[in-house]
Amino acid sequence: MPESVKAAAPTRAPVVEMTDISISFPGVKALDGVDFRMFPGEVHSLMGENGAGKSTLIKALTGVYSVDSGVIRLGGEQVTFSEPAQAQAAGISTVYQEVNLLGNLTVAENVLLGREPRRFGGIDWKAMRRRAAEILEGLSLDVDPNSLLNSHSLAVQQLVAIARAIDIKAKVLILDEPTSSLDLEEVAELFRVIRSLKESGVAILFVSHFLDQVYEISDRLTVLRNGQLVGEYLTPELLRIDLVQAMIGKELATLEDLESRVHSGERDVAPEAGVKPFLVATGITRKGAIAPVDLVVGAGEVVGLAGLLGSGRTEIARLIGGVDRTDAGQLEVNGEIIKLRTPRQAIKHRIAYSSENRRAEGIVDELSVRDNVILALQADRGWFRPIPRKRQDELAASYIEALNIKTPNADTPVRNLSGGNQQKVLLARWLAIAPRLLILDEPTRGIDVGAKAEIQKLVYSLAENGMSVVFISAELEEVLRLSNRIVVLRDRQKVADLLNDGLDVDDLLALIAEGATEPEPVTGAAS
Amino acid sequence: MKYLGRAISHRLFWPVVMLVALLAINVIAVPGFLSITVNSEGHLFGSVIDIVRNGAPTLIIAVGMTLVIATRGIDLSVGSVCAISGAVACSIILGSSNPNDPVVVGVAVLVAVGLSLLLGLWNGFLVAVLGIQPIIATLILMTAGRGIAMLITEGNILTVESAPFKFLGSGFVLGIPVATIFGAVIIIFAALLTRRTALGLLIESVGINPEASRQAGVRARGLLFTVYAFCAVLAAIAGLILTSNQTAADANNTGLFIELDAILAVVLGGTSLNGGRYSLAGTLVGALVIQTLVTTVYTVGIPPIATMVFKAAVVTAVCLLQSETTTAAFARWRRRRAPAPKPVAEVAVSQ
Repeated sequence: MPESVKAAAPTRAPVVEMTDISISFPGVKALDGVDFRMFPGEVHSLMGENGAGKSTLIKALTGVYSVDSGVIRLGGEQVTFSEPAQAQAAGISTVYQEVNLLGNLTVAENVLLGREPRRFGGIDWKAMRRRAAEILEGLSLDVDPNSLLNSHSLAVQQLVAIARAIDIKAKVLILDEPTSSLDLEEVAELFRVIRSLKESGVAILFVSHFLDQVYEISDRLTVLRNGQLVGEYLTPELLRIDLVQAMIGKELATLEDLESRVHSGERDVAPEAGVKPFLVATGITRKGAIAPVDLVVGAGEVVGLAGLLGSGRTEIARLIGGVDRTDAGQLEVNGEIIKLRTPRQAIKHRIAYSSENRRAEGIVDELSVRDNVILALQADRGWFRPIPRKRQDELAASYIEALNIKTPNADTPVRNLSGGNQQKVLLARWLAIAPRLLILDEPTRGIDVGAKAEIQKLVYSLAENGMSVVFISAELEEVLRLSNRIVVLRDRQKVADLLNDGLDVDDLLALIAEGATEPEPVTGAAS
Repeated sequence: MKYLGRAISHRLFWPVVMLVALLAINVIAVPGFLSITVNSEGHLFGSVIDIVRNGAPTLIIAVGMTLVIATRGIDLSVGSVCAISGAVACSIILGSSNPNDPVVVGVAVLVAVGLSLLLGLWNGFLVAVLGIQPIIATLILMTAGRGIAMLITEGNILTVESAPFKFLGSGFVLGIPVATIFGAVIIIFAALLTRRTALGLLIESVGINPEASRQAGVRARGLLFTVYAFCAVLAAIAGLILTSNQTAADANNTGLFIELDAILAVVLGGTSLNGGRYSLAGTLVGALVIQTLVTTVYTVGIPPIATMVFKAAVVTAVCLLQSETTTAAFARWRRRRAPAPKPVAEVAVSQ
């Protein structure tokens, strides 16, 4: 792994220099002595997994959070921002992931919102349109300033947001996940704009989960992990595998060893002979979520989905769980071609999807443990056929015991339980419908070690009893421990489908970083 | 002290206290307030009977409103549905050759309720299928509804002389007012319907977390249709009672502002406008508080021009007492007053 480039500073002076930044929230050190800098005319990518501190750092720079300690210099001068407006006035503009513009106003109004040219105490509409047209032309965007923002695609809206940001005479432009909902052509258009801004000397901070895009557009990388700085690197000098390792934080075996193993693991495999497939997905896809993908899950098989956040692992799960609708492709369950338009239909086919977003999409927090456990089963039976109270109590009691749910009693509202126990209640809800296929999306995130081990044990024994499981986790060890087969995803595409036979974390890391389809020269030499 | 603490934290505590306090004020003003006598016709008679009779329409609507609010919705159109249902029933009775024929009245009631059911399904369609915010969706019928009622009555106040119809609003069975019986039957029916089936659980689930409910396979759409239709049917029944009581259908004034009283009754009863957990018992107490309030204005002799202000003051008081901020402040006050617990005891408890 190359050393950080701290020493090898370019002769130019950085426009942004953050030194020894620390920010704490109650109980968490979100940033711990982090250094970060940006140079004019450069695209700098900020990398890290969930909770690494990326957004905290951005918010420190944009004045949303004030820093506990450390110094921020802008153009060499020390600055303290106590609110976002100050950062913006100083030339730091931010375009957030969710376009925060007003769809019911025109493009021109959005570009100049809050800075409308005035005349006689009113808005000078003519000057406003002219000014907006100039800015859009500067970005070579062919957009009518008088059209409503809503009438344009998300990509164009994103570009309008950028047009708005640079009109504030930005020296620094922060793009937080700007490509997460764009397709390939739209990304190309965005990159064209980014390059032209770069040439005019703007320093650009680019945050994206897509490694390909990071490598395509950025000149420099800073990696954070658990609120700490891992290092700053020049993009062309950092191998992808090293980047992923830096982000995930696992020490790798020697490169040579790794390459050979990746090579031997690079076979695409059909499910084991003799295993009857329960679910066969062919070319299922959803625009902006996942490229057409095939997936087979055998009866009693545990299929692990490995990949970074945003790689498509959750997106596939939501498609086969009926939570999102597919745009195209075919789904076959038990040899029967089916269409899933709602989670309800998936449940009818005994497919259960347990969301990664436990609070927003999983538990119903004001209801009791008992009500949460029986919810899916009751919904499936319909309101007119209530589960008898005695049966409800039995169900709740048996799952509280079997999953070791720590709760005073079954009447306790679920919101009073700890995260791990809430997760177990959610699992109990799905187990209660006796699923043939259980899709677990990050079932162990944010829960303590004990509960984690119990859930892993449970998955193992469920599969032993013939239940198919699709298991998603950011922790590769966990995926390796539980899965019979592992599907690796990168940038919304499936890059490998491997039997978990002698695989280890390093193999998966290599695939997540590079994909099996485009081997590095080193690999080629080794073979 | 322990029991008092538990009682205070019960969500019906303050509404019940307010009800008792209002009754106490009335007893002080009119010592015989609580007495119930049997008059010459064998009917129960007294101020309390008046409260449970006159409060019945608000209670009936509030029951439907409770379920709508539990789904995170609201139904502003109930007052207009009252007017439409009364107008339909009266125009049918007036149009018949024999207004005193119970069959005619029966048909009139069924048509009025049936039409209101359709109006409820319309509300449900706007909310569940088109995804319009409930407050806007039902505002449509709230404004349009009085116009529809006006078309039915052709702009007149329809006065009906029909003994069977009059019975609905002012009749007595076994000495008990028919309106009260309607109210009691409806709230018991609603409680059994939602709590003895899984309807209540699913309604609460959708109200608390719509997306989690969808992923658990709950059919929110059907539930929304059901609650808005149910609410409109109850509004129709309340409208018939009101119209019967006045022996006239008045498109402009029947059920005017009753949606506000119904919403108030639900909120006073401790059901949150954010949806989720609901309490029909709370709604009953809330409706009684509101009707007692109206009665109190007369017994205490508050000038009619100050009625609304008085009502507002009482409602503000109950809302303040129920608010989490006040509850927390009250808990702090009690902790300060109570002797500090011995540390040893505390450790023992935590283990």
